[in-house]
Amino acid sequence: MEGLNELKSPNLIRQLAEQLKHMVAPPAALMEVCGTHTVAIARYGLREALPEGVRLISGPGCPVCVTPQDQIDLFIALGSVENVTLATFGDMVRVPGTTKSLEQARAEGADVLVVYSPMDAVEAAARRPKQEVVFFGIGFETTAPAVAVAMLEAERRGIGNFSVLCAHKLIPPAMAALLDSDVKVDGFICPGHVSVIIGSDAYRPVADRGKPCVVTGFEPADVLGAVRMLLEQLAQGRSEVECEYARAVRPAGNPMAQELLARVFRAADARWRGLGTIPGSGYELSSGFAGFDAARKFDIDPPRSEEPAGCRCGDVLRGAIDPPECPLFGEACVPRAPVGSCMVSTEGACQAWYRYRRAE
Amino acid sequence: MCLAVPMKVIEIDGPIAQVEESGVRREARVDLIDGVKVGDYVIVHAGVAIDRLDPEEAEKTLRLFEEMLGRTQDGRS
Repeated sequence: MEGLNELKSPNLIRQLAEQLKHMVAPPAALMEVCGTHTVAIARYGLREALPEGVRLISGPGCPVCVTPQDQIDLFIALGSVENVTLATFGDMVRVPGTTKSLEQARAEGADVLVVYSPMDAVEAAARRPKQEVVFFGIGFETTAPAVAVAMLEAERRGIGNFSVLCAHKLIPPAMAALLDSDVKVDGFICPGHVSVIIGSDAYRPVADRGKPCVVTGFEPADVLGAVRMLLEQLAQGRSEVECEYARAVRPAGNPMAQELLARVFRAADARWRGLGTIPGSGYELSSGFAGFDAARKFDIDPPRSEEPAGCRCGDVLRGAIDPPECPLFGEACVPRAPVGSCMVSTEGACQAWYRYRRAE
Repeated sequence: MCLAVPMKVIEIDGPIAQVEESGVRREARVDLIDGVKVGDYVIVHAGVAIDRLDPEEAEKTLRLFEEMLGRTQDGRS
């Protein structure tokens, strides 16, 4: 696809960066709410292209990171139930629970299967009918449709030994909650692939509260373009939803995906690491799919959960501090020996800052 | 984790398509896309194509950038 290749042109990126750097802009804190944007910003050193007084701060955009400790502990605890196989995206495996990670649980004998797609977990259940396969349903609106497709497939094929521990989170309610908090955000770089599903119109309530929103893609040029569009809105006193990523995102999103989500899930209050409980910010399984709910199927006592001592992942996730402001960052907490989830996940702000840190 | 990759549809068999990018071939569910065709570009996340990519819109974004680069900040060219 020609247009896509041209968007990757180093010349274009250099020109956009150069122009942004010299833009006269009001001082502003812009938040990206997507871990893939966090990585792109760190990897390509895009902060260096910001005009004086403009900051990029990371928000709660890493699905693994925002999953609260008690849900991680509950999933790990399910692994000690007889004949249970835990199926999860790879990013979750090394996240420290209160007493252990999935990796440590596996070393102690738990059956942990890393999957690329929730469909792989359904296939594992089909292959092993005597085993109960429990999938950890984490992720935002981008990922929930894949889990819904998997549940429908399991239902269609009568695969009764597949279930989901549902911990999905929804982005717009989290953005609204941030606006009610003490964190100062002047505009949002909205997540590209969440928006493919929910549509750019979903951010209108945020823009109506005076915070410009730009939905953007993941090439360096996309992110630079979005920053410029946000700064132009702020300079002109506008607060609108603009979409730089129209090659993938429509104003109303993907209606087939939304229909599927409405069938399989219903919105529920959800707990986020760092942000606490936010009304209507997560999914639970709808009554028609209650049979797939691992939390009902396995009636186990939830283990006692505690946050890792000294870890400020929660403050990083709500944009209250940059990762290097955590006393553990880069010393007691590094990617090979992480204390908090934000250093474990490849999309975590701490890992992105650490991995792509510039030599002083 | 929200990483999603643009891939080209090579083959379709019911709800399952073979998709390809840079010589890497994968299977992807296409349940969420109405009337998907061989040759379409789709965005694949966790084994599911979440929507199509629109080449015309990619061109428009490029033109938007060209316009940005060709004008001063207050909108004068």
